[in-house]
Amino acid sequence: MKYLISVIDDGTGVSTRTEQEAVDAFNERLQAQGHWVFAGGLGSPDTATVIDNRGGEAIVMDRPFVESKEYLVGFWIVEATDLDVALKLAAAGSKSCNRRVEVRPFLSDPA
Amino acid sequence: MRDVQEAITGAHREEWARVVAAVAKRFGSLDIAEEAAAEAFATAVVRWPADGVPPNPGAWLTTTAHRKAIDWIRRENKRDDKQKKAQMFNNDDEPEPLDDIEDERLRLIFTCCHPALSMEARVALTLRMVGGLTVAEIARAFLVQETTMGQRISRAKAKIRVARIPYRSPAAEDLPGRVAGVLAVLFLVFNEGYLATGPGHDPIRPDLTAKAIRLTRLVRTLMPEDGEAAGLLALMLLTEARRTARVSASGELVPLAEQDRGAWDAALLAEGHRLVRERLAAGVAPGRYQILAAINAVHTSARNVRETDWSQVVALYDELVRLDPSPVVALNRAIAVAEVEGPKAALAEVDRLENPLAGYHAYHATRAELLRRMGSTQKARTAYDRAIELAGNVAETAYLTRRRNQLGPTTDGEHHVLFP
Repeated sequence: MKYLISVIDDGTGVSTRTEQEAVDAFNERLQAQGHWVFAGGLGSPDTATVIDNRGGEAIVMDRPFVESKEYLVGFWIVEATDLDVALKLAAAGSKSCNRRVEVRPFLSDPA
Repeated sequence: MRDVQEAITGAHREEWARVVAAVAKRFGSLDIAEEAAAEAFATAVVRWPADGVPPNPGAWLTTTAHRKAIDWIRRENKRDDKQKKAQMFNNDDEPEPLDDIEDERLRLIFTCCHPALSMEARVALTLRMVGGLTVAEIARAFLVQETTMGQRISRAKAKIRVARIPYRSPAAEDLPGRVAGVLAVLFLVFNEGYLATGPGHDPIRPDLTAKAIRLTRLVRTLMPEDGEAAGLLALMLLTEARRTARVSASGELVPLAEQDRGAWDAALLAEGHRLVRERLAAGVAPGRYQILAAINAVHTSARNVRETDWSQVVALYDELVRLDPSPVVALNRAIAVAEVEGPKAALAEVDRLENPLAGYHAYHATRAELLRRMGSTQKARTAYDRAIELAGNVAETAYLTRRRNQLGPTTDGEHHVLFP
């Protein structure tokens, strides 16, 4: 079972050196314990582009799809047997990056 | 016929959670368990009057529910093969023999009270799955539309399924926190019965307090070594014992000091006191519910309010403040302080709580009573007005209104107040 752990920033901006080191340590732990699937940090919402190609012609918008003080700055995708395991990983992840995180299940296992 | 009806009601009360838990464990789905248990009881309603009550109603219901679950899965499989897999819990292990029924009910309770579910969802799910209340009954209890309550329960079940909330009792290291979460749900159900909110609503809902006590008894039986489960049960029993004395014939809340102590339920008090003594004898540092139960034990041991050991009550509140430094606890402590040190000392403590509690009716009601005792009639009146405005319980509003209207004319020292 895979879970998306989204990292939410509320304006703290770039991570500090201490936070980066803690995240590195957490990533190593995920890999060592077999939870690691993928992870990454994202550019700020200023760098986002919205595309809507539902109407035949792709409309390009120079903005994030939601303007908000809180936005996604990164994520982990983890492998966990159930939500209890995922929530523990998310708690450790939140501590490491010093930000709030949201946990959501993937609908089906693409493995 | 009446006997059969009683047998069905009794079986529903005693066996519902067992049946749901057994089916949930076997088939790995709360949806299936709920449907199958409901169908099994519906079948009993039809069959028992004709065939007689089976010698072991619980076993009959569980077997019937298992058959209904299999039927249900067959029907669903025909409808949509792909959905079936998604409906299952993480349930790779072999089905366990059905010998550890107690543990299965515990599993059910822990799943319904999972911390990833909102408090509202936990309460609704626990009352439905463990308590066996219908969606309509739960909706009525919490004054929401039946469709709203149905959606709340469906959403919770869907989250359990899709996010894979595990169907199991927590690991030992997580147990204290998870038990606390379960007890919080039961306490909330009890409190809603004990001091029901909303106008046009019975001030006390004995159906809810009885259900909360029943479920807490179950948790206590399943976890006999947990001091807080015993503490919460004692707290509920000592509160429930005073139920009939708490509201007057005219529907007004009767405060502890004015209650007819002869009307208290002696059997419930005895059981509550026994549990409190048991916890004291255990010699383990008590948690919040045990301390609250001990406070209630002091109150219910006294023949009247004057003979109450108020220093003991203050000492217990001091202990509670160390565990739970919330302003509401501090407010209750101040009420006891008034009995030991007088209203002035208590008011000084209460006034410090204005910032967090300005929107809480009990804060204003407490101030009003203290100001009355100090003879500050005008200030007391203002405080009563605010308390009445904020109180949500009809019996409490009636009591506060009478107290306000009993205030004498404005006393000396306050005739400078410009606004009457």
